[in-house]
Amino acid sequence: MNGFLTVLGHDVGLAYRQGGAALLAVAFFVVVVTLFPLGVGPESEILARISAGVVWTAALLAALLSLDRMFQADLEDGSLDLLAMSPVPMAAVVLAKCAAHWITTGLPLIVAAPVLAILMQMPIEGLPVLLASMLLGTPALSLLGGIGAALTAGIRRGGVLLSLLVLPLYIPVLIFAVAAVDASIGGLAARPHLLLLAAVTLVSSVIAPIAGAAAIRLALE
Amino acid sequence: MHFAAKDVTCIRGDRLVFADLSFSLHSGDALVLRGRNGSGKSSLLRIVAGLLEPAAGSLSLDAVDRAADPDRFRDAVAYVGHLDPLKSVLSIAENLDFWWRLYGRQGTIDAALARFGLSDLATIPARYLSAGQRRRVTLARLFVAPAPLWLLDEPTTGLDTASIAALVAAIAEHRGGGGAVMVATHIDVDAPGHQTLVLDAGAAGGTP
Repeated sequence: MNGFLTVLGHDVGLAYRQGGAALLAVAFFVVVVTLFPLGVGPESEILARISAGVVWTAALLAALLSLDRMFQADLEDGSLDLLAMSPVPMAAVVLAKCAAHWITTGLPLIVAAPVLAILMQMPIEGLPVLLASMLLGTPALSLLGGIGAALTAGIRRGGVLLSLLVLPLYIPVLIFAVAAVDASIGGLAARPHLLLLAAVTLVSSVIAPIAGAAAIRLALE
Repeated sequence: MHFAAKDVTCIRGDRLVFADLSFSLHSGDALVLRGRNGSGKSSLLRIVAGLLEPAAGSLSLDAVDRAADPDRFRDAVAYVGHLDPLKSVLSIAENLDFWWRLYGRQGTIDAALARFGLSDLATIPARYLSAGQRRRVTLARLFVAPAPLWLLDEPTTGLDTASIAALVAAIAEHRGGGGAVMVATHIDVDAPGHQTLVLDAGAAGGTP
């Protein structure tokens, strides 16, 4: 646990010292969402209808932005060798790095989401469920993204490949999250969708450290 | 400590790098790896470090095979590779502090910095360091994550003569304290009584 917290604290500290990662993700999130009213027109009904899908799709894409550096920076400067040789299991290192990605990218997106949802004319009753869906779903984005980041760590310009690998894995998150928000706006129960979303995150939290660690071992060879 | 490698073979891609290498190290020993570029010096060090699996052969520590007790093997080696694992936004002390915490809080950061004349630079962000200074920080890590067997891959790269002397002294002290060293280098490192293992690309065995 100490090793997990050490890596987590180190990566969160690095992200804030380097600056930009969280701001970049949020700025991208804001820009993408604000493009939609310009593209589909300002009609409130249309914007309200697509608001959940737009906010969540933009969040998925924003979460992708900093994924490629999750392991690549450590591979390039030799830190990954030392992490692999440390007493901390590689799976715990992967989990810590996913958690750090969520703290530095996922949390800022959650904070920005309600504002953007209001911009998209989302009915007020959808906002609590949007927040709940983001709290439950964004960790899965970091965890599933971590698998892709580990698989592409040793590949130069692997960003596009990373997107192609990870975006299909995000589909269940998108479906359940948007369905939960739409259900709440339509007066239906959002709980089943949120529970499925939580299940995706839980399964991801088990699979991602194991798959990520295996991929890192391959990258180090 | 008794480390032994038996019939170790390394294949990278489809290329045989070396085959059937055998050697052993006891407490106080030093093994200098020599060979042309691509002869497998770094690969051999990475195999011993556990970062690369040998295509064949076995490694053992005190007669216990690595596969039987990988944790003990891992704890017994400290690896300094080609790269300097420093984060540019962190100070020298902060960089070392991370590895100190991760590797079990042994030794002290101040003492490690002093070994390589870095005490005055402790608070300087790594991005302002010269190549030689970065290398000295990397070597100082050996004292915050100590282990009986040091694996040093071109440790003198970028070092001035004073820093090389500090490294030689550190190696001598480590050996005197019961440790052992494997070092791949193209220059002469003053390590009295060392063995030399010459690797020739694709050759079977070496010349201990």
